[in-house]
Amino acid sequence: MQAKLKVSRYDPETMGRGQQRWDEFVLDVHPNATVLDALIQIREEVDGTLALRCACRASICGSCGMRVNGDAKLVCKTRIADIGEEGATIIVEPMGNQAIIKDLVVTLDTFFDKVRQIDPYLRADTVPEQGEYVASDESMVNLLTAMNCIMCGACVSDCTVLEVDEAFIGPAALAKAWRFVEDPRDDQRDTRLEELNDVEGGIWDCTRCFKCVEVCPKDVAPMDRIMEMRDMAIEAGNTNTSGYRHTESFNKSVKKHGRLDEARLAVESAGYTNIPRLIDLAEIGVKSVLKGKMPPIVPHKADEKEKITRIFEKVESERGS
Amino acid sequence: MKFAFYPGCVARGAGPELFDSAVAVMEKLGIEWVELTGASCTGAGVLQEKDQKLGDVLNIRTLAMAEQLGLPVMTICSTCQGVMAQADRRVRRNADYLEEINGYLAEEGLYYSGNTTVKHLLWVLVEDIGVETLKKTFVKELSGVKLAPFYGCYIVRPSDALGFDENPARQTSLETVIEAVGGNVIDFPGKTACCGFPILLINQRNSLRMVANHTGTASELGADAMVTPCPLCHLNLDGYQPKARRQNNRGKADLPIIHLPQLLGLAMGIDSKTLGLNKHLVNTRDIIRKVDSIPTP
Repeated sequence: MQAKLKVSRYDPETMGRGQQRWDEFVLDVHPNATVLDALIQIREEVDGTLALRCACRASICGSCGMRVNGDAKLVCKTRIADIGEEGATIIVEPMGNQAIIKDLVVTLDTFFDKVRQIDPYLRADTVPEQGEYVASDESMVNLLTAMNCIMCGACVSDCTVLEVDEAFIGPAALAKAWRFVEDPRDDQRDTRLEELNDVEGGIWDCTRCFKCVEVCPKDVAPMDRIMEMRDMAIEAGNTNTSGYRHTESFNKSVKKHGRLDEARLAVESAGYTNIPRLIDLAEIGVKSVLKGKMPPIVPHKADEKEKITRIFEKVESERGS
Repeated sequence: MKFAFYPGCVARGAGPELFDSAVAVMEKLGIEWVELTGASCTGAGVLQEKDQKLGDVLNIRTLAMAEQLGLPVMTICSTCQGVMAQADRRVRRNADYLEEINGYLAEEGLYYSGNTTVKHLLWVLVEDIGVETLKKTFVKELSGVKLAPFYGCYIVRPSDALGFDENPARQTSLETVIEAVGGNVIDFPGKTACCGFPILLINQRNSLRMVANHTGTASELGADAMVTPCPLCHLNLDGYQPKARRQNNRGKADLPIIHLPQLLGLAMGIDSKTLGLNKHLVNTRDIIRKVDSIPTP
């Protein structure tokens, strides 16, 4: 089978930071070849200067994260025959949101800085009376989702928030934080949640775009873990955030009207005492009114709003009990 | 072709021009519809943060209402599409869970057995109507009009909830439609990224950086307008574009953001006022002029 690869190249000794060159390779590969097989073939047979990182070739070590046709993947897990039409050019680039060392190799320094930031150690300061920490099977099975993480950096590469804000803790480290928040042996749960709630770049900065869920090769679903921690943080009493007010206001609106009351959601998320933000909203509001499209002051309601309210009450009361 | 129409909160609230243009376009396309006026908001992923089951009950209720009418659901919102499809996937994978959800609907006499589908108008265009038939509804070819696609996260991810394996054409449906109207696709990496809307009220700085990046890049690539099937993206990319580009030094806010039905409407010769193009915050005058200058054959 023939494979066409267009590979991003960067040599720090001859090129300035941020520069990039594209090299194209046409190879004969085995029908079951992976993108990694092709890259190794290039390095061994065509161009020995091509830099790439890999180790296990079996999607366990997490070393070979790269972007293939725009999405972060483990290239050892990506078969050429499974991407696009046969013979179509496959674009291989280094992962995003991380500095490039050479060609397809990125530094993982920032990745591990973020992981260290969430204190990735079990904090079990109180020794149980029976002398050992007992954790139920269920609690450990629960942790498996996040413990499957092989730290390949694919989610960090494609995170749309990290693209605009380096301070965001990011999907991998937040999923790791969830792993300790959920561990029954850890006794810092509330402190962890408070920190993740308050810190710049914490749980409320995720934009829920599903990129990390989509690109994770191990189904860790970091975004789902972040959403669970938002709810846990609220349950633990962390309620002084726009994120909390936003969720509450959204719930209240749908519960009452069956629909979303956009104008009230904006005001309530800002908080009634956040004057600069309210002035900002008023500006957009006035512009919208002038264009004849302000969200109605009396919100649009669903015809059967009482039935919707009843569903809310029923599910909520069960949740509470 | 008849659908249970689910316009979504924004089309019925802050973005009335989307609803109006969709209705005008559906008439030309010969789509019959009944609006699901008793349906709730999908929760947009926000309700689901707090209580996924509650979100699933509300969305399965909407699907059950359509099933009772014997109709497939059609939406004009990428976010609604995604959130309803995710709920549908969860109950289809777990019969016990579906029964539990149905338990909440019994009081209203509703029951969901999985006999309906949720489809965005965008998918209806390429799958049910087909490009050739679609083209017959156009009175002019928008040749020379450069259009950047912007999908909205929930109509592209998570892909396994969106039927991409069975319907691979969905992944490029917006480009297909832009080409069908005769426009030039301005391809750019941000087309499947996040517009920033979900964090607009939480971290405005980051949200506006996203708006500035996407609209700035598309403008620099020469786009006359950006087309989106997502009204939430529209709210951010249109409403906050001036502030976003000013704050981030990405040039003048000169990129009109066009709802998908508005684009179809322009090609169908529907006048710009009916399409609500005068209701945008970023001026649409130039794109209207450009389309008007194309002679109708």
